[in-house]
Amino acid sequence: MDFLNLFVIVPVLTMIGILFTKELKGARLVSAVGMGIQLVLAIFLVFYYLSVRGAGNLHEMILTTDYSWFPSLNIHYFIGVDGIAVAMIALTAIVIFAGVFASWEMEYLSREFFISLILLSTGVFGFFISLDLFTMFLFYELAVIPMYLLIGIWGSGPKEASAMKLTLMLMAGSALLLVGILGIYYHSAPNGGPYTFNILAISKIHIPLAAQRFFFPLTFVGFGILGALFPLHTWSPSGHASAPTAVSMLHAGVLMKLGAYGCFRVAIFLMPQAATQMAWIFIILTSISVVYGAFGAIMQKDLKFINAYSSVSHVGLILFALLMMNKIAMDGAILQMISHGLMTALFFALIGMIYGRTHTRDIREMGGLMKVIPFLGVMYMIAGFASLGLPGFSGFVAEMTIFVGAFKHSDLFHRVASVVVVSSIVITAVYILRVVGKLLLGPVQKEAHLHLKGASWYEKLSTTSLLIAIVGIGVLPLWLSDTILNSLQPIMEKLVAYLH
Amino acid sequence: MINYSYTILIPLIPLVIFVFTGLLGMKWKPLVSGIIGTVGVGISFFLSLFTAYEYFFATATGSAYHTIIPVNMLWLSFTHTLQIHMGVLLDPISVMMIVVVTTISFMAHLYSIGYMKGERGFQRYYSFLSLFTFSMLGVVLATNIFQIYIFWELVGASSFLLIGFYYDKPSAVAAAKKAFIVTRFADLGFLIGILILSYYTGTFDFSKLLQPGTHLFAGLAGVSFLGLSGITWAMALIFMGAAGKSAMFPLHIWLPDAMEGPTPVSALIHAATMVVAGVFLVARLFPIYHFQAPDVLIFIGYVGGFTSLIAAIIAMTQFDIKRVLAYSTLSQIGYMMVALGVSGYGGEAGLGYMASMFHLFTHAMFKALLFLGAGSIIHTIHSNFMKDMGGLRKYMPITHFTFLAACLAISGIPPFAGFFSKDEILAAAFESNKLLFYVEYITAGLTSFYIFRLYFNIFWGKDPEYKHKPHEAPLNMTIPLIFLGLGSTFGGFVPFHKLVTSDMKPFTTVTHWGIMLPSVGIGLLGLAVAWVLYKKENDLPDKISKKLGILYTSTYHKFYIDEIYLFVTKKIIFNYIARPIAWFDHNIVDGFMIGVGTVTVKISYKIKKFQSGELQQYAFVFVAGVIMLALFILYSLGYH
Repeated sequence: MDFLNLFVIVPVLTMIGILFTKELKGARLVSAVGMGIQLVLAIFLVFYYLSVRGAGNLHEMILTTDYSWFPSLNIHYFIGVDGIAVAMIALTAIVIFAGVFASWEMEYLSREFFISLILLSTGVFGFFISLDLFTMFLFYELAVIPMYLLIGIWGSGPKEASAMKLTLMLMAGSALLLVGILGIYYHSAPNGGPYTFNILAISKIHIPLAAQRFFFPLTFVGFGILGALFPLHTWSPSGHASAPTAVSMLHAGVLMKLGAYGCFRVAIFLMPQAATQMAWIFIILTSISVVYGAFGAIMQKDLKFINAYSSVSHVGLILFALLMMNKIAMDGAILQMISHGLMTALFFALIGMIYGRTHTRDIREMGGLMKVIPFLGVMYMIAGFASLGLPGFSGFVAEMTIFVGAFKHSDLFHRVASVVVVSSIVITAVYILRVVGKLLLGPVQKEAHLHLKGASWYEKLSTTSLLIAIVGIGVLPLWLSDTILNSLQPIMEKLVAYLH
Repeated sequence: MINYSYTILIPLIPLVIFVFTGLLGMKWKPLVSGIIGTVGVGISFFLSLFTAYEYFFATATGSAYHTIIPVNMLWLSFTHTLQIHMGVLLDPISVMMIVVVTTISFMAHLYSIGYMKGERGFQRYYSFLSLFTFSMLGVVLATNIFQIYIFWELVGASSFLLIGFYYDKPSAVAAAKKAFIVTRFADLGFLIGILILSYYTGTFDFSKLLQPGTHLFAGLAGVSFLGLSGITWAMALIFMGAAGKSAMFPLHIWLPDAMEGPTPVSALIHAATMVVAGVFLVARLFPIYHFQAPDVLIFIGYVGGFTSLIAAIIAMTQFDIKRVLAYSTLSQIGYMMVALGVSGYGGEAGLGYMASMFHLFTHAMFKALLFLGAGSIIHTIHSNFMKDMGGLRKYMPITHFTFLAACLAISGIPPFAGFFSKDEILAAAFESNKLLFYVEYITAGLTSFYIFRLYFNIFWGKDPEYKHKPHEAPLNMTIPLIFLGLGSTFGGFVPFHKLVTSDMKPFTTVTHWGIMLPSVGIGLLGLAVAWVLYKKENDLPDKISKKLGILYTSTYHKFYIDEIYLFVTKKIIFNYIARPIAWFDHNIVDGFMIGVGTVTVKISYKIKKFQSGELQQYAFVFVAGVIMLALFILYSLGYH
């Protein structure tokens, strides 16, 4: 049994375990144990990876396993990880772990809820370990589908419409993606021989430029929709607003990173030439995403909408950094994926907890909550500071790395785009402080809010586990950054080879 | 060589106290957190004094001081050369700054035990004070420009937390937000400046950047954008950050509002330490400014001069005593900027640099003292306004005498501390820029006037009927006053030209009698005018303000700069950018997506007739399709 398979097997076993439980208490216990094991495995994987690399293993991917499961089309279940995938798996494990505890009181159809939630995470874990385009796509779809049920059944507000919009837009992305992947597949054997979906093998060959020009934008936009690429981001605000807490956490925290990760691992890695040539189009779009999302957040009144627009802005920054096509910026992009994943999950968890008490997410109806629920208030404030890029939290490290990388380009176009993007740090401060000032500080708005319940142990566990990771990366970023930088070596070599 | 690695403890002690008080403080008795914080920063204070002693006096090199980096740890690495370190750098200005920061912080800690007694959130207050002290020490001890930026942001955040300490008061929350956002906007410039600088030089490290005659900037001559060289842009943008923190015009609007914070915080952060961070930053980068971007340095001088004049004018008309002091702070920081702006490099040419640091040092003493004195008055009167005060000299003798010492110091009356440093600034300005000299000369007179207007209004003037008889503050509040009083009285005798100079070599100064005597004269003149107008209650001030009409009202309203900002932010950014974007997103972008959905549904209604369920129709379409496909294939294969 290969170790990496466990990341798919453990969730599957957890789902089976939930089937044998009766109601909420059993379901959440099994989920917590399963995802706890998953978290331990992920932490173990991180240390294992570091020790293997430390011992001088220079393979591009480690822990690779290969089963052929559809030989006639040469589709393989080919898995393996590098430092980036390891980091993404660790992120997913933390977020889903925190997500289970954030759904501790999910009374309605609890078994079905936890099964769908964990099914979604199975897709995500599978996506990050896959090195075969088709398998990867399969896992990607596995992650997107339960989302529809989770929002449509357990959501709030206009949940059916939101779920429909979200799913349809992501499906449109999948359609583009499928064409892109098949395009890559049919150009994967330029010298004859069987076609392949193997990412590592494809990365070694040269896809003709004409084909790259056609399939790069398809793949990039296909994944980009999940990464809330302007103007295809509109599923995000309504979708996040309607989704239940854990789903918002997982969706903004991890699923949007699937899009960015796909842009990186598939679109840019396999088609670097077209990526370099066409980057300018997407640099413009992502620069707009960053600033537009931040401005969009200023005027919102619903806490989840604010956070959703904030995510548009922050994930836009990831895509922007990837398109800078240099090592430092890409390092920053990966850091931002992890950092934003943790921060936004923390935000959505807290919003869910506050909503559970006040039964409103409208910031005009709340105020002075710091005094009433100090633990959640302080956590929200810290999450806010992390989100606006205060040093000591992961967001600062990621943003600064991106900015340093972006400023490596000295031509006017890149400079202007970079300056525009950097200016988002001010706008972010405006909307974060607006929310913090309105929600937490000032006088208490409603009589009923004076007697809110303090945080329970599972809420503390959920938020603290996320915060530890955020602070850990923010205070000691070197090991993570170095791990990512080393794993970026192959793509950089490929890029350099094409550019000169 | 002396081993200085213990200096890392100076910032680390407050950090540890912050973490422990922040996590556990609520479980302690309030006083415990106060005592732990005070003792901790007290240790940092003594360590700083010891460091200063070792650095300046124990190693009698005689000729020059050296830059020492006892601690430097890799924090984040981008490439082999472009790396961010966390460390401690000791040179004359950083050693001087740690003494200033820890001194004032220690005094503020001690004073707050009395001042904040019984306040809700006492522990929180002390943990934030420790956070601030840690961050500020991180700024001054930084070994590279990115470390400065990191701690710079933390300083901004701790300032936000402390201004908004009374967080259920909307005005405090608004002031905290304003301070953070205005400085954040300035820091945007700072950050872009750092990024450009590091792009051209390939390093963040001061050890490389600050070498006079370094070749790092050699390749920059040809780079230009909008007529200014790349390095000029970078240094001007970095100054933007400095101007934000130091509240230079037009980024000064946050400082007067920041007085919403507790008064010891105003003394520590918004008078003595954080707001001079901008001056420190320019001084830290002085070799780059002087050799690579001299135009920016001149600009800095003018910004400082303008700010010092306009702030002094506004200070003359305010009635809230903390606001008078806040504008006074702006004005005095303007002096420091002017001094840097007119300074040269090395020896006597670097007089301005030395004078700036000297004034930073003496100003920290007397301005902290003014604020703490004001705090002790507010503590007993429960009001910030002059109209509620008067005749307090009888009730609060210690506060009165120490406050008087500070007033004399800021007015430049010998032998008080401010006299020496201000005189050096005027001398430096006189040598290189006559216009700035006259501006600062007039400002000196205005300074003396507004500060004695304050003094007479508080301690003399009318004698209102107090509901509760005012009383002198307790001992833990008066000890800091006395200590700082001594500093304000004798601080001017510190031989700065032997200690803190632009090229780290001591030089000898001459006495500028031609400047000294008139400057004392104008100080006394300001004092005399204030005496006449405010010593005894009379209606002369009202008459004069009526006479001045619009001149007076516009000054009283701070030249409506706040209103202009409010217009720009509320009207333009909120109403003309953010709101339309929100609308656009909801109606156009999302509307389009929904439109696609709606159209799809409509079309599918139209074409669903094809699925009629009639078998004959299906069979017909199927057969027709097969025939057409067959024909097409045959045709395309060439069978025709």
